[in-house]
Amino acid sequence: MDVIGRLQRQRTELTQALFKEGLLDEQFTQLQLLQDPNNPDFVAEVVSLFFEDSEKLLDELTRSLEQDPVDYKKVDAYVHQFKGSSSSIGAQRVKNACVIFRTCCEERSQEGCRQALQQVKHEFFLIKSRLEALLQLEQQILAAGGTIPFME
Amino acid sequence: MARTNYSRTLETNLQNASQHSSHAPGTPEIHVLAVDDSIIDRKVIERLLKTSFYKVTSVDSALRALEVLGIEDGHSPSTANNFEVNMIITDYCMPEMTGYDLLKKVKENAGLKEIPVVIMSSENVPTRIERCLEEGAKEFIIKPVQLEDVKRLGEHIMNAMNKNSGVACSKRKLELEDCQSRKSANRRPHIRGLRVIA
Repeated sequence: MDVIGRLQRQRTELTQALFKEGLLDEQFTQLQLLQDPNNPDFVAEVVSLFFEDSEKLLDELTRSLEQDPVDYKKVDAYVHQFKGSSSSIGAQRVKNACVIFRTCCEERSQEGCRQALQQVKHEFFLIKSRLEALLQLEQQILAAGGTIPFME
Repeated sequence: MARTNYSRTLETNLQNASQHSSHAPGTPEIHVLAVDDSIIDRKVIERLLKTSFYKVTSVDSALRALEVLGIEDGHSPSTANNFEVNMIITDYCMPEMTGYDLLKKVKENAGLKEIPVVIMSSENVPTRIERCLEEGAKEFIIKPVQLEDVKRLGEHIMNAMNKNSGVACSKRKLELEDCQSRKSANRRPHIRGLRVIA
């Protein structure tokens, strides 16, 4: 019981920090609400899809910006997609970085886009590692026989 | 005749529902077709819809949606809606064919035009929204779609079912009232169509 208690406290702290630091927004809470005993892996599954999809998008974006000349319409389309998916899981800072990126696309600024891409990558890998840690904690709690309370 | 097809569909659904449904007996089996090119959004909308509705089919393009609806090129209108779709919820921005184009195709088809169509978009563009509503979309939801958006959708389905069956079933009326009472004080950004269902 002590082990579970400790793990649950860690989980609560981690989750609260993610919201406090603005890495996650209300949409992530919506996803947590959709998880129940009949759909116990829902959040993990969505997050996993997001990671996979995002890494493909980042590859495409990197490739597209290396082209000469840059097809800003294509780049913008990818960023739009990325903005959408990050918004859907509540990855707020990734989404915000995408908004800035789109502005650079509109301005057709190659340097601006390069920097924006770096920022998006930075935010993505940050939320990825934090979410992986969160999901791992949840697995540990379940393995120890505990339950995952819904925490805001 | 669209009306006859729908009445028969409703009857079949009710029969099926009483045999197979995990919902309350007598509740019609509601089938929602979700269209979105984003795999993440499809997963989320599927789960959201399943909290309220019994059956969800999700496809990744408007062209696939047309296949499900039975009106891809070459099919006669009489095969339309063999999968008995009660509502279509579609993303606006999709490659090849937009949600707006899909809406138009549905509304142009005698066998399908009564199906309520809801459009989703991450972008709040007033002209876009107006265009969709004018074309017959019941609602335009700004993404990300949330639970309270989905709870509201039941109303459109019930309206369509009541209209088509021609019978004011007291149980369905109860569900409609139940849907209305779930409207929360803080409304999510959504634009309700101006058309009133008779």
